[in-house]
Amino acid sequence: MLLLWQLFVSYLKIGFFGFGGGYAMLSLIQNEVVVQHPWLTNAQFADIVAISQITPGPIAINSATYVGYSVGMQTGYVWCGVLGSVIATFAVCLPSLTLMILVARFFMKLKNNRWVEGAMRGMRPAVIGMIAAAALLLIFPHSSEPDEQNFIDAWSWVLFGGVFVGSWRKVNPILLIVLSAAAGILIYYVFGQ
Amino acid sequence: MNRLRTIFVSFFKIGLFTFGGGYAMIPLIEREVIDNRQWVERKEFLDLLTLAQSVPGPISLNTSVFVGYKVRGLRGAAAALLGVVLPSFVILLTIALFFADVRHNPVVDAAFKGMRPAVVALIIGPVISLARGMHWTMFAVIAASALAVWGLGWSPIYILLIAAAGGIAWELAVAPRIAKRNNKPKA
Repeated sequence: MLLLWQLFVSYLKIGFFGFGGGYAMLSLIQNEVVVQHPWLTNAQFADIVAISQITPGPIAINSATYVGYSVGMQTGYVWCGVLGSVIATFAVCLPSLTLMILVARFFMKLKNNRWVEGAMRGMRPAVIGMIAAAALLLIFPHSSEPDEQNFIDAWSWVLFGGVFVGSWRKVNPILLIVLSAAAGILIYYVFGQ
Repeated sequence: MNRLRTIFVSFFKIGLFTFGGGYAMIPLIEREVIDNRQWVERKEFLDLLTLAQSVPGPISLNTSVFVGYKVRGLRGAAAALLGVVLPSFVILLTIALFFADVRHNPVVDAAFKGMRPAVVALIIGPVISLARGMHWTMFAVIAASALAVWGLGWSPIYILLIAAAGGIAWELAVAPRIAKRNNKPKA
């Protein structure tokens, strides 16, 4: 019960402070589910990001559904897992829903407000830094446990470099993820045995 | 009632066919909401995008809630939200239900070992392209917030609050003075 409440609060925070959307929310999600709570390892977090890339929908929702399920499952019941995923997904949507309705009703002039403009202007570089922090934490985790590592050998860096060049050349990210999955199977399964 | 179902179906489609989230779904929302349904005008849509970005939360969610609310009030907002969220919810729940069983399959494990570094590369791309357009002094802010979150383990929430406060202070106190100074020679 306490776990589900913590889950709700964490995803409410993620929804409420998720300025910039998409990648900008990665750092917030990572901080809540990897750093503050022991819900996912660093590698599992990378897995969710990978799954989110190849499935539809925003990563905030995808991670909420997935993390909610795995946290609920810690009680041992599947229905708790499903409940957890509903709670987390609802929590992450709630700020969007209420704030956007308030904006639609009362603050259509928000876009020319100097306070909002200033806040957005200040947050823009900070959000870029936060995305960088999410990437840094994925590369250099705080813990040296083997299941926290995303870079396990030289091949990891080769794949990293290849995908980086690919995304720079505007190759479709879904294709890049699928190709790197295929490369992983070749390197670690077919030739790794 | 009919209208609510149309809203739900439209946003369900948007939710189902947008991979990668965020900005990737904007063209799709545009086509459905402006061209097909004519719920919003093109000019209004641009304002809406600016608004959706100033409010926290995924841009696709914010846009859906706004359009739903505009078309059919609170119920419309709820129908749009449900429609856009449901596809990802069902897909991810299905994956979660079966992932525990396949996780230790050696092929799946090998595939994920390949995908993890790829994901990091995909995240670093936007950092560089977003930072490129910035004034050079902003690099200090970018580096400071990256180090505070990654190195010192600060919550990103504090970083956002500090950055927002700094931005507001600049906009209210410094920016008008600069504008005044720049206008003086002309006057």
